Amino acid sequence: MSNTTTTKPAESGRGGIHLPSTLSHVISDLGKNGIFLALIAVVVLFSITTNGILLRPQNISNLIVQNGYILILAIGMVLVIVAGHIDLSVGSIAAFIGAVSGVFAVTWGLPWWLAIILSLAIGGLVGAWQGFWIAYVGIPAFIVTLAGMLIFRGLALITLGNSNIGSFPAEYRALGNGFINFPIETGPRSQIDPVTLIIGAVAIVALIVQQIRTRNGRLKYGQDVEPTLWFFGKLVFIVIGIGFFTYALSTFKGVPVTLIVLAALVLIYGVIANRSVFGRHIYAIGGNRRAAQLSGVKTKSVDFWLFVNMGLLAALAGLVFTARLNLAGPKAGDGFELEAISAAFIGGAAVQGGIGTISGAIIGGLIIGVLNNGMSIMGIGIEWQQAVKGLVLLLAVAFDVYNKRRSGGAAH
Amino acid sequence: MTTNILEMRSITKTFPGVKALSNVTLEVARGEVHAICGENGAGKSTLMKVLSGVYPHGTYEGDIVFEDEVVEFRDIRDSESKGIVIIHQELALSPYLSIAENIFLNNEVKGPFGLIDWNATNLEAKKLLARVGLSENPTTRILDIGVGKQQLVEIAKALSKEVKLLILDEPTAALNDSDSDHLLDLILHLKGQGITSIIISHKLNEIKKIADSVTVIRDGKTIETIRRAEVTEDRIIKGMVGRDLEHRYPDHTPHIGEEVLRVEKWTAHHPQDPSRVIVDDVDLTVHAGEIVGIAGLMGAGRTEFAMSLFGHSYGSRISGRVFKRGKEIKTRTVPEAIRNGIAYATEDRKTYGLNLIEDIKRNISMASLEKLVSLGLVNDNEEYKVANEYKSSMNIKAPTVLARTGQLSGGNQQKVVLSKWIYSDPDVLILDEPTRGIDVGAKYEIYTIINRLAAEGKAIIVISSELPELLGICDRVYALSEGRITGQMPVADATPEALLKLMTLEKQR
Repeated sequence: MSNTTTTKPAESGRGGIHLPSTLSHVISDLGKNGIFLALIAVVVLFSITTNGILLRPQNISNLIVQNGYILILAIGMVLVIVAGHIDLSVGSIAAFIGAVSGVFAVTWGLPWWLAIILSLAIGGLVGAWQGFWIAYVGIPAFIVTLAGMLIFRGLALITLGNSNIGSFPAEYRALGNGFINFPIETGPRSQIDPVTLIIGAVAIVALIVQQIRTRNGRLKYGQDVEPTLWFFGKLVFIVIGIGFFTYALSTFKGVPVTLIVLAALVLIYGVIANRSVFGRHIYAIGGNRRAAQLSGVKTKSVDFWLFVNMGLLAALAGLVFTARLNLAGPKAGDGFELEAISAAFIGGAAVQGGIGTISGAIIGGLIIGVLNNGMSIMGIGIEWQQAVKGLVLLLAVAFDVYNKRRSGGAAH
Repeated sequence: MTTNILEMRSITKTFPGVKALSNVTLEVARGEVHAICGENGAGKSTLMKVLSGVYPHGTYEGDIVFEDEVVEFRDIRDSESKGIVIIHQELALSPYLSIAENIFLNNEVKGPFGLIDWNATNLEAKKLLARVGLSENPTTRILDIGVGKQQLVEIAKALSKEVKLLILDEPTAALNDSDSDHLLDLILHLKGQGITSIIISHKLNEIKKIADSVTVIRDGKTIETIRRAEVTEDRIIKGMVGRDLEHRYPDHTPHIGEEVLRVEKWTAHHPQDPSRVIVDDVDLTVHAGEIVGIAGLMGAGRTEFAMSLFGHSYGSRISGRVFKRGKEIKTRTVPEAIRNGIAYATEDRKTYGLNLIEDIKRNISMASLEKLVSLGLVNDNEEYKVANEYKSSMNIKAPTVLARTGQLSGGNQQKVVLSKWIYSDPDVLILDEPTRGIDVGAKYEIYTIINRLAAEGKAIIVISSELPELLGICDRVYALSEGRITGQMPVADATPEALLKLMTLEKQR
């Protein structure tokens, strides 16, 4: 570059509206968010094959209520996977905690809130038990949680004593079945819930404010941000999505309590993963455990608390599931671990650890949920549903591996 | 038939960007013990990999003549079938299999129906063990015998393949004195049975004891081959060192201040075998603004010393005292060491230094995240700013600080590692092989950064296997041999020859 008088090229990606750079940004962004596109593709596909039934308010509500506990588990699971571990025991822990909460709330008749708090605490203790063996004794998580899968399934059966525990207090049941709903009749068979619409509006405003603040913060520090047009385009798209979703809920039964719990978890864990020291250490350990250790990361302590957290979330999933069925039974939580693990991997988590996001795991879980609901509406049998879900998992990870090999090749 | 069993003629081997061997010639006479000497990275191991077919024919230039015939090996099996067997520094034995199983691995003694005849296997193994002077039961697991005996099992395995030319890469590096003596005797004994040996070794007294001739290699070139009668330590050392030292190191005027770090009687044992002393009673001091070098050959305990000091990251039964500015400090865990102002940039940055799938920004903040925390959360805008400051001050060549460190060149990766530790604001920086695998231009940049840090008053320890590097950038150099400090000298008085003498000084036997 001998030309010393070159003018500075037009600042790309610094705010201003600039079409070609916007386009290139859109393409690279879409490439990075392939999983989100996959979710849209699956939704579109099943909307067509079910003649739009999939997008009816009731089914949208069901999507959350029927998959809420998988999504809760996926949040914990993706962090476990990022640190390079796995947890096979979450289904059994969910069953065990469901049974324990039945004893507290039904058999002993404790107040519903005390039953929930005690159950969550026991979930944390279960996690601490597993975390101890993994972090401080050094037994691979695969083995410890495989053992846990058997141990806690067994304890669930022992707690239940060969029967179901049922008929939970209404407040407890709300966790899985409840809705925030104050309907106004709008016609003979139609209604709308203004409270749901208000919650949706607040969420939209909060999202817009948060996005713009983040963007302005980055601009202040001179970071590259996405072009203005694309930024607002995306925001509008997301706002329309939330708007449609909220409207659909408001015309059915309102906002499911499960959705409120889930939204809170996504917010909290999103911040933990990206902005807390603990979260950063999880990624550091997964990327290179030895390097993290030699940079002062207390790897054992991080591993331990990671499993305590997983135990807590597995307990919460168990409560939500039990509340929905209004029954603590021996088959509860069967196969949950596999759906949660699938959600994390479909959502882009790497098998070797170090890579994975909360939002990716949620989207992965939603893809599984849409597959479940869509195929059920179409009347496809459970056997084919299993096979299709297996294939989707395989293809998602294969796509990821292929992508990585390509980018790895480009690096050399 | 000539008297030479092996002639390697004008061997040239190039790796991307590096000429590892250039026109190397090696002639080994039938029935002799031939030693190959050279500094770390001189090309000895590469030459032996060419010879044994690890680098197959076609990936190098030049000819290999073995027993008067030009050979073109495709792989190790090919060279073994001709009777060339190499025993690597890291033994290639399977710990959970028996001695006999290891000896006949991939060369099994078969009975009827192609099944393994275990009786014959164990009987043959017993005979081979007797030839190397081992009386162990052939069904003993490898795990249950010591390293010295494992080395002998490797030789027995070589004998089972009817070896004509035995290559031993640093065979005594991991052995104690009596095991070493036994091994050297065995090599001489095998020579009596007509087996030719090539031995790669740093230990000059060993070479003097058993070698009939010595070939010295330096920078991928053959310097000379010395016959037994003419072998002296000085001559070997002179051949191994001796290169142009000018203009490869930036000027450095030391401003040495108060004593910052003092280590007393630092001792560490092997993590698995606590009876072996790896770091032996080390005393060391570093002052503010001073660059202190630690010179030592492979296996001398340089890295082990640094890692045991840095949060007890290596070793067992660690003892000794550490003082910073005269006040005793503890360094039992890595966070404690960092808190006490010690930083350690590892030797192998890809395995121990960096998170290669993460970006530059997060690698730099890794050791001092708490500095970026406000209200319990990491301020990632601030993190970005910090990373950008280091990107420009350290001249890290990357499109942005969001680039993954795995995609950077070795020199730029090293700058990221240094940034990480400088950001932790240490008083003492230990740099282990800071320029390994880095091209010449980037090396100069790293040296400049080291000088800058010293000028800012940091105490710096540089560990390096390249003597010219230590002499080029340090103010004072310690020599380490077998875990012990065998001497120290100001660089002004130091010569490569004098240092190498200290580095090869062995314990009084």
